[in-house]
Amino acid sequence: MQLIFEKSTAGRKCELLPELDVPKAEIPDSWKRTGKLPLPEVGEAQISRHYTELAGNTYGVNNGFYPLGSCTMKYNPQIDEEAASLPGFTDIHPLQPEDTIQGCLKVYIEAGKYLCEITGMDEMTFQPAAGAHGELTGLMMIKAYHQSRGDDERTKVIIPDSAHGTNPAAAAMLGYSVVTVPTDGEGCVDIGRLKEAVGSDTAALMLTNPSTVGMFEKRILEITEIIHEAGGLNYYDGANLNAVMGITRPGDMGFDVIHLNLHKTFGTPHGGGGPGAGAVGCKTLLADFLPAYLAKEEDSGVGSFERKPKSIGTVKGFYGNFLVVLKAYTYLLSLGGDGISEASQNAVLNANYLKTLIQEVYPAAYKGLCMHEFVISLAGLKKQKGITAMDIAKRMIDYGMHPPTMYFPLIVEEALMLEPTETESKETLELAAKSLLEIYEEAIKEPEQLHRAPETQNIGRPDEAMAARKPVLKFQWDEPGKAGAAL
Amino acid sequence: MGGYVLSTDQQRKEMLSAIGLKSEDQLYASVPDSLKIEKLNLPSGKPEMEVRRILEETAGQNQVFSSVFRGAGAYRHYIPSIVKGVSRKEEFVTAYTPYQAEISQGILQSIFEYQTMICGLMGMDVSNASVYDGATAAAEGISMCRDAKRKKALVASNINPMVMETLKTYSAGMGIELLTVPAEKGTVDIRILKTYLDENTACFYVQQPNFYGLLEDCQKIGEAVHDAGAKFIMGINPIAASVLKSPGECGADVAVGEGQPLGLPLAFGGPYLGIMTCRQSMVRKLPGRIVGETRDSEGRKAYVLTLQAREQHIRREKASSNICSNQAHCALTASVFMASMGPEGMKEMGVSCYSKARYGAEQISQIPGFSLRYKGDFFHEFVTECPGNPERVLDRLKAEDILGGYPVEGGLLWCFTEMNTKAEIDRLVQCLKEVA
Repeated sequence: MQLIFEKSTAGRKCELLPELDVPKAEIPDSWKRTGKLPLPEVGEAQISRHYTELAGNTYGVNNGFYPLGSCTMKYNPQIDEEAASLPGFTDIHPLQPEDTIQGCLKVYIEAGKYLCEITGMDEMTFQPAAGAHGELTGLMMIKAYHQSRGDDERTKVIIPDSAHGTNPAAAAMLGYSVVTVPTDGEGCVDIGRLKEAVGSDTAALMLTNPSTVGMFEKRILEITEIIHEAGGLNYYDGANLNAVMGITRPGDMGFDVIHLNLHKTFGTPHGGGGPGAGAVGCKTLLADFLPAYLAKEEDSGVGSFERKPKSIGTVKGFYGNFLVVLKAYTYLLSLGGDGISEASQNAVLNANYLKTLIQEVYPAAYKGLCMHEFVISLAGLKKQKGITAMDIAKRMIDYGMHPPTMYFPLIVEEALMLEPTETESKETLELAAKSLLEIYEEAIKEPEQLHRAPETQNIGRPDEAMAARKPVLKFQWDEPGKAGAAL
Repeated sequence: MGGYVLSTDQQRKEMLSAIGLKSEDQLYASVPDSLKIEKLNLPSGKPEMEVRRILEETAGQNQVFSSVFRGAGAYRHYIPSIVKGVSRKEEFVTAYTPYQAEISQGILQSIFEYQTMICGLMGMDVSNASVYDGATAAAEGISMCRDAKRKKALVASNINPMVMETLKTYSAGMGIELLTVPAEKGTVDIRILKTYLDENTACFYVQQPNFYGLLEDCQKIGEAVHDAGAKFIMGINPIAASVLKSPGECGADVAVGEGQPLGLPLAFGGPYLGIMTCRQSMVRKLPGRIVGETRDSEGRKAYVLTLQAREQHIRREKASSNICSNQAHCALTASVFMASMGPEGMKEMGVSCYSKARYGAEQISQIPGFSLRYKGDFFHEFVTECPGNPERVLDRLKAEDILGGYPVEGGLLWCFTEMNTKAEIDRLVQCLKEVA
C-alpha cells in the first residue's frame, strides 16, 4: 500500500475554508514559520480511497471472531456510536456554565450510579483516560491516603506474577518498589507467599479477579484481609470484570479502590488502540482523595462539579473521555441490571464451551471451569513438533480469525489466552473450534506450513528485530510536498 | 436476552450440557456463596427506541451555543466532512491495538502516517502514536527529562491552569520537584527564568501561545534553558504551529500539544489527543506506542509496533511509562484532518484565526472598560479587562446564544477562530457595547 505522501501532487487541495471576511493580518517575521508545511497535497477522492484501502487492511470486531484474551473484544453497539454523534454532546465546550451542561453532568452522574452498584463501590470518577491511567490514579489515591495518616513507611506494592505489565509499571512510576508473589497450581495467588511478602511496608496489593489465567480467586476474602490487617489497601484491576457482573462485586470482596476499562467491559470500541476510559471507583475511606472535578448531584437534582477536600488534583485536562463514557452509559441503559448479569454469564458460558470443544488437543494451563477466558499451553506441541504458540496464532489469521493474546501471562509456557466474550454465537464458537482442530492436524502433519503462516495477508511475519535495530519511524520527504523514498 | 447475546435458550442448554453442567449457576462454583449477590439493583434494560429518546432528551439539557468565543484549552474549528466519514469506518473503530501486524497493516500504516505528519508540523524528529491529551503529554515530557541528578522541573506560571494542575498531580506522585517561574507581564521574563535554572534543573516547560494567548519568545527561552544544561519542553497549539516557528526551529528537546484542534469536536472535554514528540537522541525515553517500518520475510514493506523494550508489557516496573491504550482513533482523525487541509489549508486556518482575533481585539478593546490587559502579540486568544462582574456580561451574551470569553482574574479570555464570521463578531461587539 502506498503512503498518503506518495500520492501527493504539488498544488492539489480540498476546497474547505471560505475567503477571509476580515482584513488579513500579517504575522510578524519574528514569530512566523517559513517554508512549506510537510503535509500531503491530496484531493478528497484520494483521501477517501486511501483510507478505504487502509480500513480494508485492518481487522476489527465487526470483521469477525476476535478472541484476544484480556481485551474483552465484544460487539460495539451502533446506538452507542449514534449517541456520541448527537450535537447536544459533541458541540459542548468543557468550560460552559454549569446550567448549560446539565445533560453532560447527568451522563457522568448516572453512569457513576450504575457502575457503583455493579462494583460495590461508593463513588466513581471518570477522569482517567484508560485502564492504565486509572491504575495510576488509584495508586495516587492510595499514596495520598497513607501520607494523610503520616504513614510514610509504606513503600511497597504487592503484585502477583500473573499481573498485567501496567500494574508494576504504574507502581514504579509512583516510586513504589514492586514485590512479586507467585501463582499456585490452581492459577490463584499463593497465599503462603503472600503472607511472607506482606508487612508494615505494604502500601497496597494490586489484584485482578478473575486472575489473568481466567480463574476466580476462591480465597479472595482471606487475601484482602491479610492486606488490611497489615494496614495496606486493596486495589482491584477491573480488566476481567466482564466475568462476574451481577454475580459478585469487588466492593464485597474487600477491595478499596478499582479501575474499570469501559472500552472492554462496557462495550465501547477500542479504536485501534484508544481512546478508552478508565473509571476509578472507591470506598468512602478513599473518596476524599478522588481527582478534582467530580460530577455530583445536588439534593435539588441539579448537577455540579465538586472538588474533594484532599483531592489528588486532576490527572488530565477537563473531566475525562466524555464521549467514551457516554457510549458506556448508553450500553448500561440498553442492558440494565438483567442484561448486565446475562452478559457475564454468557461470557463465562462461551469461554467454557470453546475450552471444552478444543481441550482434547489444546490443554488448558489450569484445571477446572474457567471464567470468561482461559489460557492454553502449547509447550507439549513445541516439544513434539517445534510448533510454537505464535505459529498457531498466526495460522488462525489464515482461517479468518484474529489471534488470541500470545505469551501472556508470563507464567504459562507457550501461552495463548482466549476470550470469546458473550456476543459470539454458538455457531461462531463451533466454527472457531473446528478451525483450531484443523490447525492442530496441520501442526502434526505439516508443521513446516505453520511456520510460514499467515499466507493470506498482504505481508507475512515482519522482521521486528530489524524494526527496533534500525528504527524508521516516519516518511522522509525529498522536499515538502514532494514525495521522496520511503527509506 | 440482553447484552447483545446471540445464543438462544436452547443453544445455551446444549452448551451447558457439553461442558457437563446442569445450570448456569454451576459456572460460578468457584465463587464463594457468601460473596454472591441476589441481583443488581438497577433498572431493567431498555429497547433501542427508548434509549435513543432518553439520550436525545439528555443532550437537550445541554445548550449548544450558536456563537462560541471561548477557548482556554478547547477550540472550536471546522471539521471537514471527509474527516467524519473516514473516522466512522468500522474497521478503525472496532479494532484493538495492532499487536498482530499481519492483520493490522492498515491501522499501523495510518499511525506511521500520523507520526510523519506530526513530526512535520512540530519540526521534530520522532513522534509516538499519541498519549491521552495535552496535559498528560506535558507530564510525560517532564518525566522523560529527569535523571538521577536533575530532578527539578520548572514550568512557566502562564500555562493552561488545567495542564498546571495535572503537572502538579503527576509531580507529587512521582516525586518530582515542580517550581513555577512567574510571568508577571503575561509572558516569560528570561532574566527571571535564568535565576531559576541551575545544575539540578531537568527541564523548563512553556506553552506557545501561553494561556493568555500571548506569544512567547521560544527561541530565546530555549537558548537560556540549554545554557543551563536543561531540556526545553515546548507545548504548542497545532493550528498555531502551522504559522508560527515550530518547536524544532525553537530548539525544543521535547514538543507536546493538545491535538484537539485537529478535527476533534469539543465533546465536553474529551476524548482529545496528546501530541508527543522528541529529538532522535531521546527516542528510547519516549513513552507509549511507536510504529516503525520494516520488511517481512519476503522483503515486502511492513509496519510494526516497535522499540517495545520501553513499554510496560515487556519491561514491567522498568518501563518508561505505564501507558497502554492511547488515543489512536483521535490520532487517525487528526491525520485525516491534516491530509484534507494540506499545507495551504493549515496555514489558511492559522492566518484566519490570527486575523479574526486581531479584528475582534480591535473592536472589543475600543469599548469602554474592555481594554487589552497585556501588550504582547497574541495568536487567537487575548485577555481584556471587564467592567464589573464578568458573570453579568456573560449572562447577557448567553441570552443572545453567545458563549463569551472565559473569566480569568476579573477579566475575560476571548478566543477567535475561522468559525467566527465577521457578522458574528460584529454582533458580539454590539452586545458588549450595550452591556458596558
